[in-house]
Amino acid sequence: MVIALKPKSSPERRLWRFHGGIHIPDEKALSNGRAIERAPLAARLWVPLQQHIGAPGRPLIAVGDSVLKGQMIAEPTGFISAPVHAPTSGRVVAIEPHPVPHPSGLSAPCALIEPDGAETWAELPPPLADYPQLDPALIRERIRWAGVVGMGGASFPTSVKLTPGTDREIHTLIINGAECEPYITCDDRLMRERAAHILEGVRIMHHLLRVRTVLIGIEDNKPEAIAAMQLALAETDMGGYTEIVTIPTLYPSGGEKQLIRILTGKEVPTSGIPAQIGIVCQNVSTAAAVADAVLEGRPLIARVVTVTGHAIAEPRNLEVPVGTPIEHLIAQCGGYRETPRKLICGGPMMGFELRESTTPITKSTNCLLALAPAEAPDPEPALACIRCGRCAEVCPAKLLPQQLYWNARAKDLDRVQDYNLFDCIECGCCAQVCPSHIPLVQYYRYAKTEIWAREQEKRKSEQARARHAAKQARLERQEQEKQARLRKQKEALAAKPAAAADGDDAKKVLIEAARQRAAERKRSDAAGQD
Amino acid sequence: MLVAILAIAALAAFFGILLGYSAIRFRVEGDPIADQIDALLPQTQCGQCGHPGCRPYAEALAKGEEEINKCLPGGEALVLALADLLGREPVAMDIKEKIPSVAFIEPEDCIGCTRCIQACPVDAIIGAAKQLHAVINSECTGCELCVEPCPVACIQMRPIQEDIQRWRWPYPARQPVESDSAAPLRDAA
Ligand code: SF4
Ligand code: SF4
Ligand code: SF4
Ligand code: SF4
Repeated sequence: MVIALKPKSSPERRLWRFHGGIHIPDEKALSNGRAIERAPLAARLWVPLQQHIGAPGRPLIAVGDSVLKGQMIAEPTGFISAPVHAPTSGRVVAIEPHPVPHPSGLSAPCALIEPDGAETWAELPPPLADYPQLDPALIRERIRWAGVVGMGGASFPTSVKLTPGTDREIHTLIINGAECEPYITCDDRLMRERAAHILEGVRIMHHLLRVRTVLIGIEDNKPEAIAAMQLALAETDMGGYTEIVTIPTLYPSGGEKQLIRILTGKEVPTSGIPAQIGIVCQNVSTAAAVADAVLEGRPLIARVVTVTGHAIAEPRNLEVPVGTPIEHLIAQCGGYRETPRKLICGGPMMGFELRESTTPITKSTNCLLALAPAEAPDPEPALACIRCGRCAEVCPAKLLPQQLYWNARAKDLDRVQDYNLFDCIECGCCAQVCPSHIPLVQYYRYAKTEIWAREQEKRKSEQARARHAAKQARLERQEQEKQARLRKQKEALAAKPAAAADGDDAKKVLIEAARQRAAERKRSDAAGQD
Repeated sequence: MLVAILAIAALAAFFGILLGYSAIRFRVEGDPIADQIDALLPQTQCGQCGHPGCRPYAEALAKGEEEINKCLPGGEALVLALADLLGREPVAMDIKEKIPSVAFIEPEDCIGCTRCIQACPVDAIIGAAKQLHAVINSECTGCELCVEPCPVACIQMRPIQEDIQRWRWPYPARQPVESDSAAPLRDAA
């Protein structure tokens, strides 16, 4: 198979198709017409102390502390971990659980910061403009320090992804500018307005990974972004290895494995990661954050969020500090035009519903979507599966959604894994086309978390078994020691009379000894009186 | 030549005796079926099955002397797994499943008598005589064995707080009506 990895931009570059996918109204025009605006500071910021996948950070602040903008407030605790920085200067008035953007709607530890409005920066590390001459480890350490995580939604620490293993070579870096999900336009606006900055970040990542090729994939419904990126690329010296590739608009082309397939024709193995086939994928926003960290010494404390949906009066993209409550963002966009039926974090396909208006945005929140009743009609009643097979036709992961559904529904957690449940990217294509309106993805999500919970329980009972066995062993040992002690005492008692005199029993001997001692004393007393 | 033969014979005799001795002295206790069952049991060691711990229940099951629905912490999932393993019919649990909980010792009231430590099958309680005792939450199996022995009744069971790590997506509420005849071809295989 010939893989078209020609370094020069070529209009006839071969593209591949991933399996399935669907066309859905993109609704991007709602919010992509206005430039990114910087939102004014909210009165209170709830900054979640963990905003990444991996080991939770350790808080470095206490209630009552003053913090400066960019000051680290939680430090990483492992290799796969990331710090959190104060998004503005102010005072920490509480550290307590607060609702965070998560499908559960549950709370997690957050620092409540009251801004002082001065925006006083903490002392920042020096810019590393000469990074091509520096040790890559130093640059990675800087990216780690800045708390950069995947901003496309996965929130995996970026410094880890930019540390290639020694066992396999990474040859291609893919920059994800597809932004395939309807409504979301933050990456589109970022590419239009800050293309040069994004490319700086790409250049740094290229330097760290030492890849041969960089492919920047952008869907063809974003012609302005493509033009801006091409213009910016022409002004750099990166043209030798970088190519901006226009890809057809088809949901979900922005899925990591799907984009890799489109651009390289390669398949990431089942339950594998792209690095296994020599590819690393990064989002355009993440590239910009990497440039901030390395070239300006700035941590990741703000991001661009799309606030959109027909229920929002003036949809647009806002640049906001992490920790800003969503109600503040909605107020900045003119509030609601009508009462929303649903408030969603992320897009309409892969996002999840938010319940609290004080939920803060995090490093990975790309969109806040307020759907009007007309956009989010009540789901039609689910009917029986007619086994039409349409779900399998559109599944971009090449799964058998109806089999997954049957087994998840029957709670057969072993069998559902036999059908590669964990390759499902929860894109929702299957549910979208299902003529029976079965909420298929809900079944897959249920089955996934149930399997994880069961594994956790299993680990816990292994642990309990070991501890129980250890306790039994300890008790047995103690019992044996006690027996041994008792035996020794008995032996000692038995030995004494034998040594003393004529086989008399111990008591007699003792009494005799005491009597002798008394007699002795009497005698000596008498002698002394003389 | 003779020396060599004698030496070999002596060695052979020595190893023979050694092997014979170790066969008796280090005999592997246990029963592979009981091990498999034990691996399925939750290891709460609570005794609610009427046996003094999970291992004894596993052994009773292996001998076929027990019902498979006796373990409360294991619940319905365990009954199904045991039915699968032992080739028996699943039996309904007669009592409702418990809410997962951990023990909590009221620090003001604990007199440091160490009785709970002695009762805990997994050493999940730390403390010394006349010192305040505390439960290591991550190790507590929620067996409740420490509650009763406490002379000042300062141990309570508290439900485990739901957190993001532990949260699960619920089973979909919007259930399609499916007739059995439409079930997939799962038993054909
Ligand atoms: S699309 Fe729906 S009805 Fe058709 S096979 Fe899939 S689950 Fe069944
Ligand atoms: S949600 Fe999962 S099963 Fe359904 S189409 Fe997407 S990847 Fe396939
Ligand atoms: S009821 Fe279950 S958890 Fe409790 S001792 Fe018996 S087998 Fe173990
Ligand atoms: S602390 Fe109490 S409830 Fe927890 S495992 Fe020990 S004895 Fe059981």
